[in-house]
Amino acid sequence: MNAELASDFRLPSGPDSTLALSELRGRPVVLVFYPADWSPVCSDQLSLYETIRSEFDTYGAQLVGISVDGVWCHKAFAENRGLSFPLLSDFEPKGAVSRQYDVYREHDGCSGRALFLIDPTGVIEWREVVELDENPGADGILRALEGTTASSGR
Amino acid sequence: MAIPTSTHVLTAPVSERDHFSGSLGARLQLVEYGDYECPFCRAAQPVVEEVTRRLDQELCCAYRHFPIVSAHPHALHAAEAAEAAGAQGKFWAMHAWLFEHQDQLDDESLVYHAMRLGLDPRRFVGDLVEHRFIPKIREDLATGARSGVNGTPTFFVNSIRYEGPRDPESIIMALEATARVQAGAAPSPGG
Repeated sequence: MNAELASDFRLPSGPDSTLALSELRGRPVVLVFYPADWSPVCSDQLSLYETIRSEFDTYGAQLVGISVDGVWCHKAFAENRGLSFPLLSDFEPKGAVSRQYDVYREHDGCSGRALFLIDPTGVIEWREVVELDENPGADGILRALEGTTASSGR
Repeated sequence: MAIPTSTHVLTAPVSERDHFSGSLGARLQLVEYGDYECPFCRAAQPVVEEVTRRLDQELCCAYRHFPIVSAHPHALHAAEAAEAAGAQGKFWAMHAWLFEHQDQLDDESLVYHAMRLGLDPRRFVGDLVEHRFIPKIREDLATGARSGVNGTPTFFVNSIRYEGPRDPESIIMALEATARVQAGAAPSPGG
């Protein structure tokens, strides 16, 4: 099997905090790349994930949002939309992590809409890249999480 | 015409645990995942009523809860209120009432609605205080999330996620078209 290790990164998670992917080792991580705070589809998508957080908790999964918006923008957006999972700022250098994951959109100057499931050992288990105006929902991630949990339980 | 071809399908079949009109064995089935505080669900309510009226006995129409709690602070309690009314045999009356009074979903108003509908207020309040129906609502959220509900309302026509316009004609056409495909009949040209 060709295991692809998720490349590590550290990004601001708030005005005074940062988060590195490697800090989340030991549990599945769902990376949610999205184009922009406040946009209608992003709001719907992230509100959906917040609504069904208990489903992600079932698998012990950590949800992490990533866009090129700055920390203060993220803070206001999260407070306004009632989001409790971390939103990371891929702000400076702009889109560096999105590029690392090959989901940066040069022409739009933002991250694309993409989901990655990283397993507890840091391997990319599953990915899905959708159109900017498409809300991918949660069924794909939940199915992937089910598979990861089932195989690690063997 | 367009036959719904979504790859997202309902993972939990409608059963006796659901609120539905019509019979489980009906030829056509419409399932809605909704949120009482969602303006789009409110707008869809008369459409669902129209579809139900027009298809009558041919349709089984079910409603499941999908309260987007982060965006809608009253949605969860409203869903609990509908279930508490359901425990007293008035689910659909409360369901319609909540959509009609979407600007009055605070706890006090929910109790007022219950009294207007002739429910036993002590039992109703007790069910809400004890959050008796949260597990059922969580089940709905879980099946919705796994079936591809990505916002509200999300409809499933004969178990296939519906992505077309929300008007009675389009929904009825989608119901008929998917039923024909599922029955193994080739869709009639231009039909």
